Amino acid sequence: MQFLDATHGKEILEELVEVIVENRNYLSEVDGAIGDGDHGINMAKGFRLCGESIAGQSLSLSKALGTLATTLMGSIGGSMGPLYGSLFMGMAKAVKDKDAIDAKDFGDMLAEGRQSLEQISDASVGDKCLLDTLVPAIDGYRHALDAGEDFPQALQALRHGAQRGCDSTLELEAKIGRAARLGERSRGHLDAGAVSCCLLLTRLADSTERRLEKAAA
Amino acid sequence: MQRIINDPDNVVDDALKGYLRASPTLLAPTDHPRVLKYAGHTGDKVGVVTGGGSGHEPAFLGYVGDGLCDAVAVGEIFSSPTADAFLEAFRVANRGQGVACLYGNYAGDTMNVKMARQMAELEDIDVKTVIARDDVASAPATQRDKRRGVAGEVMMWKIGGAAAARGDSLDEVIRLAQKAVDACSSIGVGLSSCTIPANGKPNFSIEPGHMELGIGHHGEPGIEVAPLTSADAIASAMCDPVLADQDFAGSEVAVLVSGLGATPVMELNLLYAHVADRLEAAGVKVYRTDIGNYFTSLEMMGATLTLMKLDDELKSLLDAPARSLAITQR
Repeated sequence: MQFLDATHGKEILEELVEVIVENRNYLSEVDGAIGDGDHGINMAKGFRLCGESIAGQSLSLSKALGTLATTLMGSIGGSMGPLYGSLFMGMAKAVKDKDAIDAKDFGDMLAEGRQSLEQISDASVGDKCLLDTLVPAIDGYRHALDAGEDFPQALQALRHGAQRGCDSTLELEAKIGRAARLGERSRGHLDAGAVSCCLLLTRLADSTERRLEKAAA
Repeated sequence: MQRIINDPDNVVDDALKGYLRASPTLLAPTDHPRVLKYAGHTGDKVGVVTGGGSGHEPAFLGYVGDGLCDAVAVGEIFSSPTADAFLEAFRVANRGQGVACLYGNYAGDTMNVKMARQMAELEDIDVKTVIARDDVASAPATQRDKRRGVAGEVMMWKIGGAAAARGDSLDEVIRLAQKAVDACSSIGVGLSSCTIPANGKPNFSIEPGHMELGIGHHGEPGIEVAPLTSADAIASAMCDPVLADQDFAGSEVAVLVSGLGATPVMELNLLYAHVADRLEAAGVKVYRTDIGNYFTSLEMMGATLTLMKLDDELKSLLDAPARSLAITQR
């Protein structure tokens, strides 16, 4: 059985910070088409602050995700503060006290994050929001495990599900957030939250996969 | 970008420094850097809190003062304040008689207020809310719950703030603020885009020679994009959907014409001239008119028109004394 070493949470989190900060302008551009163009700015600000606050520390994955959640909720506001804050808080709780995470724990972590997010938002899949990425990604991951695939294969399914879900927002009509007021005219544009969620899940899967390979080597 | 800023990422914090130094008798800092409170003395009364994204100045902090709001949560430009900020605003406004949180209908604000209310409950602070939904262009009257809050929020703060100042209970403040919101119908027209400094480029585009009727306070698309026409025709285009939204005929109204940031105040008055004609022709009696930059969208060119249908109860609260950056009346 393969395990992710959960004592190096800080290093994993630094990769998530990196992917958001690197895509600051891209995310704002996506948001600018149908939102108000601040998604990249706010996300980058929150993630950068989190990166600064964990510098030089040694953190478990749970502690790192918890720090990310409270930083986002306390510093970026908007819709994304509470949404991503709840998601990462749920994930942090799921892996509390764990030094090693197997494929099932990883899936449970994602599922608990989703549950926590759904407690504060009435959004659902198809509304053109980050759930359109998150839910197919988690479903893809779970189906892969149920089909007997291993941890790396399930991570691959997570990435595929995230990308497919994110792409699906292109043709969706927004039902929630500021873009909802555009109705039909929101079609033809990606949802910025779905894009950032895809970036984060992809990087999380990449980072986890690399660590599994390293452990196996 | 022709802007007076230091660091584009610190515009809000830098601006708050200036506000605090310029208006020490109105605005005071709190333990939270993104929460300001009224600097003067208010006795025991229901606390009134508002909050929202920056870039709409004088909203929201310009409505903190005597007879208005007691504290404000300040967000990034066009982005909701955090739940922490709303919670701190509830704390500093609370005098033991509860807090009325009066804000506009935007997804982020709604979520953060919801989280802050849950946290306030743990501290035994009784918080009730009124959500402004006055923008007729954002959803039809049958889906009023989906409408955005725009300049009608000013009326909500004025009425709710005056009710709290005269000693009304929390339930009564909430009832009156809700009544004010329900009596308001607003619409905007945009002539140009606006730029969030940290973004560095316009948020959307309106082609030169065009205007967007029904535009939102963050550039949310409106009802239609049309060639830019005369002020009189613009006034008519704004009056039509507003007058159709409620039965204003035969009633007295308060009229609020607010600039969106870059339109000269002279032109707002010029626009109003024909609004007044149209109201007169429709049998609407103007009780009071306020014109100026009351609720803006950075440097967008354009204006909003708000009508509030009045009765004696709303009139007395509208006329009650107030002192803040945006409204001062005896």
